[in-house]
Amino acid sequence: MKDMIEIIGLEKNLSGNMVLRGVNLNIKKGSTCVIIGRSGCGKSVLLKHLVGILRADKGRIIIDGKELSLLTEKELDILRLQIGLVFQGGALFDSMTVGENVGFGLIEHEHVSGKEVLERVEESLGMVGLSGISNLMPSDLSGGMKKRVALARALCIKPQIILYDEPTTGVDPITADSINELIKNLHDRINVTSIVVTHDMRSAYRIGDNIAMLYQGKIIAQGTPQEIENSKDLIVHQFVNGLAHGPITENIRLL
Amino acid sequence: MFDNLFIIVGRHIISFFYFLGGLANLTFKTIYFSFTPPYKKDRILEQAKKAGLDSLPLVSLIALFIGFIFALQTAYFMQRIGSELYIASLVALSIVRELGPVITALVVAGRVGAAITAEIGSMQVTEQIDALETFATNPVKYLVVPRFLALSLMLPILTLYADAIGILGSYLICVFRLGISSSIYLRVTFEALWYKDIFTGLSKTIFFGMIIAIISCYEGFNVKGGAEGVGRATTRSVVFSFIMIIVADCVFTALFYFIFP
Repeated sequence: MKDMIEIIGLEKNLSGNMVLRGVNLNIKKGSTCVIIGRSGCGKSVLLKHLVGILRADKGRIIIDGKELSLLTEKELDILRLQIGLVFQGGALFDSMTVGENVGFGLIEHEHVSGKEVLERVEESLGMVGLSGISNLMPSDLSGGMKKRVALARALCIKPQIILYDEPTTGVDPITADSINELIKNLHDRINVTSIVVTHDMRSAYRIGDNIAMLYQGKIIAQGTPQEIENSKDLIVHQFVNGLAHGPITENIRLL
Repeated sequence: MFDNLFIIVGRHIISFFYFLGGLANLTFKTIYFSFTPPYKKDRILEQAKKAGLDSLPLVSLIALFIGFIFALQTAYFMQRIGSELYIASLVALSIVRELGPVITALVVAGRVGAAITAEIGSMQVTEQIDALETFATNPVKYLVVPRFLALSLMLPILTLYADAIGILGSYLICVFRLGISSSIYLRVTFEALWYKDIFTGLSKTIFFGMIIAIISCYEGFNVKGGAEGVGRATTRSVVFSFIMIIVADCVFTALFYFIFP
């Protein structure tokens, strides 16, 4: 199957700090790729490049055959509407109701009637198991609900690609598992291409077709969940088993 | 030691020009997006309500007291030279040409500008601005343009209202405390005021409105570092708005003085 997302030699320098130092990654259409790595290693920065919020210093990003840096602002906007990004904290617009949040993409860009917006909003909320809350405000929701509403908001524009930024961080284990299940169901049901950024290994093994590890600005390992779990690479081994001692922490001490 | 001094001074100068560049950039983008469709009237009206209607109580209170104070302070000298009659014209001219516009702008900068910075700043730190972009919605078009248009429309209206209330305050003092007859007070007031006084007073408030909108949005977008950053940006936004309003006022006053002598 062809590649939906292709990242070639991506480099990014953020205020003097080389965050990405040549990331190479290919993601097949309809697959779920999990990117693991320590907090602050540039996982979220990588996601922000894929929707054009950040621009690469060097390297190319090709999504659905279109190279991001060559697109005009209009073409980029069209591409953005095929991508749903689920932010870590939800990033719900707190001046709007849940319903207005979920329907935001539709209201802004598609000329659909108010009735259809309501239907699509309910449908998306139903998919994440939160029907009937569209009149609440985001401040009334718990952390886990916010994450699910954020997912519903991404789903409402019927994207081909969904990017998740740490979907299970900061929620209780049961909610985390239900979010994992949700991501897996969506993948099976609507055949979207997904990238999930996380450092929750349980979740990575459960939802990933592929796992890639980002370390010091590069992808240092990539493979199926089994391959990563049994990896002989010391760095990968330390990370996936959550060990306090190993090459990763040793390196930090040296720096 | 001198090296350090140069470095510190240099850094401040560079960051100042960076700030000005950022403001200019945002201004151009805002004007560009103000004229590109789609136009969302609802959002402008919502902001106009927040900036205009909701400011009315505060503006009324302050303008009324400025009217009281100004009448009394003027009376102090006018009574000494026996020209109480001219309190009316002096108050009318000062309020319409200067005090009304500037005080209204400062009140709005403190009340509305600070709120804009805090709101946009919180949106920035919680990634809501990024979220707008992922929905192919330009943050300048969505957030800045309505506030920019609302403030530059509402400030002249608020000012006109403040002028009227200020003159009313002075009228109350003069008529009920100093014993000037009501009809004479009104006649002197309207004789003193020419159209050009009202025009010069109101036209500069359009620019004050733009200054408040651009500075408070710019500071909001550039918030770094969570809640503390939002607080710092809000302070900066009010301080810079005050400075820029006073500087702009000085420029306009000089300009009008030579254009319409």
